[in-house]
Amino acid sequence: MNVLVYLVPLALALGGVGLAAFLWAMRSGQFDDLEGAAWRAISDDDLPEEKREEQGPAGASR
Amino acid sequence: MNETQDLSVFVRHPAEGVAAMDLVVEGVHCGACISTIEKGLGRENGVRGARVNLASKRVTVEWDEGALAPEAILNRLSGLGYPAYPFAAGTADSVAGAEEKRLLKCLGVAAFGAMNVMLISVALWSGAAEAEGWATRDFFHWLSALVVLPTVAYAGRPFFDNALRALRQASFNMDVPITLGVMLALLLSVVQTLQHARDAYFDSAAMLLLFLLAGRYLDSRMRRKTRDVAANLAAIKAEKAIKLIDGGEAVETPIEAVQPGDLVLARAGDRIAVDGVVEDGRSEVDQSLVTGETMPIAVAPGAMVYAGALNLTGALRVRVSNAATGTLLDEVNALLGKAIEQRSSYVQLADRAARLYAPLVHLTALATFLGWIAAGLSWQPALVIAITVLIITCPCALGLAVPAVQVVAASAMFRRGVMLNSADALERFADVDAIAFDKTGTLTLPQPSLANAAEVAPEDLALAGSLALASKHPLAKAVAVAAAAKNPLAAHEFPGQGVTVLHEGKRLKLGSIAYCKAEAEAAAVAARWPDASLIAFRAPERVVVFAVRQAPRPDARETIAGLAREGYAIEMLSGDRPAAVEEVARELAIARFSAGLKPADKIVRLKALRDEGRHVLMVGDGLNDAPALAGANVSISPISAAHLTQAQADALFLGDRLAPVADALHLARKAKRLMVENLWLSAIYNFIAVPIAILGFASPLIAALAMSGSSILVTLNALRARSAGARA
Repeated sequence: MNVLVYLVPLALALGGVGLAAFLWAMRSGQFDDLEGAAWRAISDDDLPEEKREEQGPAGASR
Repeated sequence: MNETQDLSVFVRHPAEGVAAMDLVVEGVHCGACISTIEKGLGRENGVRGARVNLASKRVTVEWDEGALAPEAILNRLSGLGYPAYPFAAGTADSVAGAEEKRLLKCLGVAAFGAMNVMLISVALWSGAAEAEGWATRDFFHWLSALVVLPTVAYAGRPFFDNALRALRQASFNMDVPITLGVMLALLLSVVQTLQHARDAYFDSAAMLLLFLLAGRYLDSRMRRKTRDVAANLAAIKAEKAIKLIDGGEAVETPIEAVQPGDLVLARAGDRIAVDGVVEDGRSEVDQSLVTGETMPIAVAPGAMVYAGALNLTGALRVRVSNAATGTLLDEVNALLGKAIEQRSSYVQLADRAARLYAPLVHLTALATFLGWIAAGLSWQPALVIAITVLIITCPCALGLAVPAVQVVAASAMFRRGVMLNSADALERFADVDAIAFDKTGTLTLPQPSLANAAEVAPEDLALAGSLALASKHPLAKAVAVAAAAKNPLAAHEFPGQGVTVLHEGKRLKLGSIAYCKAEAEAAAVAARWPDASLIAFRAPERVVVFAVRQAPRPDARETIAGLAREGYAIEMLSGDRPAAVEEVARELAIARFSAGLKPADKIVRLKALRDEGRHVLMVGDGLNDAPALAGANVSISPISAAHLTQAQADALFLGDRLAPVADALHLARKAKRLMVENLWLSAIYNFIAVPIAILGFASPLIAALAMSGSSILVTLNALRARSAGARA
């Protein structure tokens, strides 16, 4: 059962990482706009300008 | 409009040299809107950045101080196709927001604690400790303590704080037994662990907090969402006043920036935006949204006018005042104080359950302890069994029973256009058995419309409509809307009388009865529509008199008939004159009505109803209704209501239809039924679990199963509040 000596702290540490990630996400406002985030994921702002032109008016940025 | 605007009250300064403003934006609903707005604004010189919040339909814009005027941002946004309205967050919002964040943090910590302690507990339940001996079991118990004690110390704070506050005021709430249960569970577990005993209840404490926090968080989130929408609507319909600076320059200013003592211009056809005294000018004013009286009254310098009144004929300069004595506002405020004092305090269902529950449970635990001692057990194991009883009965399902239903019911109401203002309104709605309606603006639509359009020849209506477009008078506007007129005639307006034009060789006139010399025709129309305001149209050889009135809401008749069928006692309380009230009562088939009521009379009538043992719902919108709304058991206002009135109402409804009022009542009844059902479910659970605990058979596994089982059952039952609420 000596395996517990490092398995248990490992489990707790992993849980702790999850908790820390959650608290960070909350503090940095990740949960402020749950609907907008879904749409931002599919916007193609990161494509270079000319490529976006080819792909149609999804940006609608005129 | 040519006046310059002053938006400085809305501008924040988050950092040196940076200005920022929050805006409510109409029509944002997808990703394309987000990128249009953010890029469109970003291209503006001096703008540092714009961020759209799609969930709350708001945009935050930051720019370099002085690089551009805030109006430029509004103009740019409306140029992009998104009309925007500046928005200032109230302090109440930020306090509630911080509270919600705190609950979410606690929820996260509790979830972490519960998950990790379960990892250990499942191993214990499945027999790991039996195989390995007591040393391993103790090690697992200490590990659980290591996780749970800090978790509870942090995540339990909202409950501990509330319980302490309640105890300090020598009162009692649900948080007291919760706190007591959690504390005892932890204490018992630590002592048990020290004595190398078999059972510890660390996992029960963590799970209990997790479930309860989930209920609290959902509750506060729902309320915040309601508040957000209400704040957005307030920003969109926020009135502006035209402020006169040094008697000369006119500046369009948001109401928030108008101070008592300022001079404000009210043009003919505008709604007066402030309470104040007329300094200069003569006009007629339609106060129907204020007093319920549909007849316009004449005002002259020295007269008091109220926000929400419609200025009909001439421009007025109004000196803003906030506390003039002997005015309507004064009377309303005094009555408000009295009505709130007299209001019977309502005890929420959850609190009533808590008051019943706590002594019962604590007495049972005590009886268990004494019983086992009498049966010959030594005090220590007897105490352990007594505390297990407390843990098993801890109000996990009870804490979820009411909030879960409230969340589901409130969001169902929200979808039907009803927003709840106060937390316990739902339960009070469910108890209603009598409804008192105000007339003007509540049963009728706030905007006047043409009543006799069908009786007028179409070509006359079309001509009158085109002529009406030239006037700013509200009666003329109603004619223009009814005629669907598009092409204005180049008419000349005589303020206070009417408009005239020479059209295809004929002299056309639209205006007051006297101006068109239509006294004979007017008498006939007035007899037919006793509650209408009249406006006449004269083509040289023909005379038409239009009756303009506030028509009943389109579904008012069916809604009221439906409510009456369900057994609600319906009554109309109006401040308007008897003829007008009778007309609407006849049209809507309301048998009981009173007219010409002052604010104080309405309260007297409501009090009489309450003394009969009725639970009264007051539906009203005018300034004169505010005391009645506060004095009724529960109240609801249309979104067009006066500010003071809205603040008193327990709920607001949107749109032109009256159906949301009926929907709110139905949903509330259903919600109340489900709440009671849920409370019984948790009671039944206790009837089964408590004997097991009293007999000393309860183990941590049984506690965990019972607790989560009953919580899930109650939550699932609450989901039913979402559907079938609208059925009669």
